[in-house]
Amino acid sequence: MKSSVITFPGSNCDRDMDVALKKFGFKNKMVWHADAELPKSDLVVLPGGFSYGDYLRCGSMASKSKIMQSVINFANSGGMVMGICNGFQILVETGLVPGVLLRNKYLEFICKNVFVKINDKKNKYFKNLDNEVLEFHIAHNEGNYFCTNDQLKEIEDNNQIAINYCDENGKIEDQLNPNGSLKNIAGIFNKEKNVLGMMPHPERMIDTSLSGEDGSLFFKNLINNLK
Amino acid sequence: MIVNEQVAVDHGLRKDEYAKICELLKRIPNITELGIFSAMWNEHCSYKSSRLHLKKLPTKGKKVIQGPGENAGVIDIEDNDAIVFKIESHNHPSFIEPYQGAATGVGGIMRDVFTMGARPIANLNSIHFGSPQNKKTKNLLRGVVHGIGGYGNCIGVPTIAGQTSFDSSYNGNILVNAMTLGLVKKDKIFYSKAAGLNKPVIYVGSKTGRDGIHGASMASASFDEKIEEKKPTVQVGDPFTEKLLLEACLELMAGDSIIAIQDMGAAGLTSSSIEMASKGNLGIEINLNKVPCRETKMTPYEIMLSESQERMLIVLENGKEEQAKKIFDKWNLDFAVIGKTTKSKKIELYFDEEKVADIPVNTLVENSPMYDRKWKKAKLPKKNKIKKEDIKHLKIIDVLKKVLANPNVCSKEWIWQQYDHTVMGDTIQKPGGDAGVVRVHGSDKAVAASVDSSAVYCWAHPLTGGKQVVCESFRNLISVGAKPIAITNCLNFGSPENEENMGEFVECVQGIGEASEYLKFPVVSGNVSFYNQTKDQGIKPTPAIGGVGLIKDYKNMITMDFKEVDNLVLVIGKTEGHIDQSLFARNILDEKNGPPPEVNLFNEKNNGETLLKLIDNNLIKSAHDVSLGGIITAVAKMCIKGKKGINIKKPKYLINEIEYLFAEDQGRYIIEINKKDFKKVADILHKNAVHFDELGTINENELYINDKTKVIIDELSTSNKSWLTNYMSK
Repeated sequence: MKSSVITFPGSNCDRDMDVALKKFGFKNKMVWHADAELPKSDLVVLPGGFSYGDYLRCGSMASKSKIMQSVINFANSGGMVMGICNGFQILVETGLVPGVLLRNKYLEFICKNVFVKINDKKNKYFKNLDNEVLEFHIAHNEGNYFCTNDQLKEIEDNNQIAINYCDENGKIEDQLNPNGSLKNIAGIFNKEKNVLGMMPHPERMIDTSLSGEDGSLFFKNLINNLK
Repeated sequence: MIVNEQVAVDHGLRKDEYAKICELLKRIPNITELGIFSAMWNEHCSYKSSRLHLKKLPTKGKKVIQGPGENAGVIDIEDNDAIVFKIESHNHPSFIEPYQGAATGVGGIMRDVFTMGARPIANLNSIHFGSPQNKKTKNLLRGVVHGIGGYGNCIGVPTIAGQTSFDSSYNGNILVNAMTLGLVKKDKIFYSKAAGLNKPVIYVGSKTGRDGIHGASMASASFDEKIEEKKPTVQVGDPFTEKLLLEACLELMAGDSIIAIQDMGAAGLTSSSIEMASKGNLGIEINLNKVPCRETKMTPYEIMLSESQERMLIVLENGKEEQAKKIFDKWNLDFAVIGKTTKSKKIELYFDEEKVADIPVNTLVENSPMYDRKWKKAKLPKKNKIKKEDIKHLKIIDVLKKVLANPNVCSKEWIWQQYDHTVMGDTIQKPGGDAGVVRVHGSDKAVAASVDSSAVYCWAHPLTGGKQVVCESFRNLISVGAKPIAITNCLNFGSPENEENMGEFVECVQGIGEASEYLKFPVVSGNVSFYNQTKDQGIKPTPAIGGVGLIKDYKNMITMDFKEVDNLVLVIGKTEGHIDQSLFARNILDEKNGPPPEVNLFNEKNNGETLLKLIDNNLIKSAHDVSLGGIITAVAKMCIKGKKGINIKKPKYLINEIEYLFAEDQGRYIIEINKKDFKKVADILHKNAVHFDELGTINENELYINDKTKVIIDELSTSNKSWLTNYMSK
């Protein structure tokens, strides 16, 4: 399986994602934001970080960079595109997934482990996973998901919510919401479910010595689903 | 502007210093030259009050590749890997403008590390605030934490450990010390020594603006009522540009075109160019019209003294300019050839085709003032005797809860959750333990780092306090299973012109020197920050020690959380019952006098090294050093972290229960072992003449003391975790 990780100026989880993808069998290529063409890929990842310093608005300038037109075309033709953290922010700026990401409710950066409940398994990202709940890791300042009521209705009607913040048993409650996200939303799909944007970093959970290993489950399953 | 004695005094120079400048130049300097002298000769850059004493610190060792004098220290961690590290203060700017002050502190120290060719792999910090009741404290704490996070998080370097304390002596002068560790191949270390004639001098990074002019001079003066006026001297950070600069520099360093490189930190272009020339015994000629400026009509004076951030100066091999420029173009950074190296041994500046400065380099560096300031030796205070009636009524559990909720002991999760501590995917011990640990990417090795200070001990007796801080750093590294290698120090003191403050400095440095010599834990880098005072009131002496150690196989790392019910808990090291200057004495008995706990370097070394032997033999399940709050506090924290309880049986000592549990004697650790290993462990401890007590056995979730007193761990956890969150949300 071939993957591509896009490096924008200010990306800082690009190496971590490269390490994770390779660990689980992807042949990964790093792609520079100023390139025009995407290499042939089964998966394109927009990594975390602070593209363009998050100046103007998180993800806004990166969404206009040269490579993004190819990424958008790739997504529109059904290609798998995953945006993590800043990558998610870039995705909402391109309009590939609906909604916006506001500043965290308590106005503070949050770095910690969280549990997320998988809301939908009829997609290539989560299909065949045994777990209903995964322990992931978040590290962000602007992860407060928001959209209009009409958008929310559409998202729910199409089952586009990918994961919600929850407790270890999968219970979704207000106090488990780390950033004020609407409906505890931690990740969201496009209508066709080939594009996934999520705040948690599965690439930081791929080793028992790190924060945990549920990221390994996610990547192992993902590469199998793509085969 | 005509330069005279008054102008020099306004620049923070003394009258005799001004006379010396005129004598060295054999003429009156012009304003640009005066500005350069004032920047190079202030305390912050010249170390004029401290140099004499710093010379006495042990700086050499088998593992030391580079000691003090470069951008940062470098130590060998085997397999051609080296760690570059340093700690630096950004106290004054952080008090004036907490967010930018702290942010640029982090940015500055990271530049010091990647200037040497190392990719930063971990950040730490030591931050000290006034009393929680002081009305400024909350906003300063919030601003500093946001600033540290704002910069470090954006660059993508994990903040893995730190220290936060509160004390009213910092009410008018907070401390913000930032430390960075970087990883480099031993044969790819870059230095700041220029070499060769007619080599191009290159400016890269951000453009130069009018921010931070005289920042270093500001950092060399005390605060008064006019502090608000000093805001323009605080630099403004741009972590995004720093991230680009980091990547661009490392890309350029992968080749072989750099002769020397130096970041523009305090005193900007002035100190960077002069340091490179001075180390290379060369001259440098700069055309200031070539310096990329952000603002129009900047004068030579402003260009030379600006402390705009995220800038570097590079001496390049001839003919490599185009190739280098391509890299900086790729990262959208300025790149300008602004001058060349010369044989003149002078710093020669041109602006609008006119020579605007002409100063022999040695007058700025070797001839800079050095003072043997007067200082007062501190007496060891008399011991207090605890009166039985003072402690008779105390209930141990109530006291323990108070201690766990004390601002200087409580959990600092509110702070470190705002720092990205997991980016780079190698953080295997997060903040909140004895030391932070990161793996050396792609290897079995890991590097542990901690930062410590004990202002109360240093204030009570500087010599003992200085020793103690080094020992505490040593212990924190050993507690996670790392072999301590070297330290960096950030020496935060009051005015060197005050004999008592100067005495505190001299004796703390002596203590640091003695301990680091004995423990073979040399000082490889550091920084001095004087004038931490408001009006005449100096802060408590606060040397912060950043220690670095190596874990050969990261799978053998130790954490402090209790692991398993029925395991045995031992105390390594003897408890004599030293209560003076303990948290218990100061906060529960309200007794602020008396000597700090004695430091026995033999015991420190022997106890620590023996614990490392136990760890090497896989006999240790968890470990934690005993510090503030004594044995009971250390054990309670291990219970909270491991969500386990303990049955404590006080050994049959002569001292009473309270003294045993809350004393802050040094050289002690709490360890958890499997019952079946007891004989093996006891044998090793006996063989090495290490005293130990059997403290108790781990249980499900309660803390018992001598079978009678008990408390549920969740209650202790609440005491420990809620203080800071509640304080900040009020």
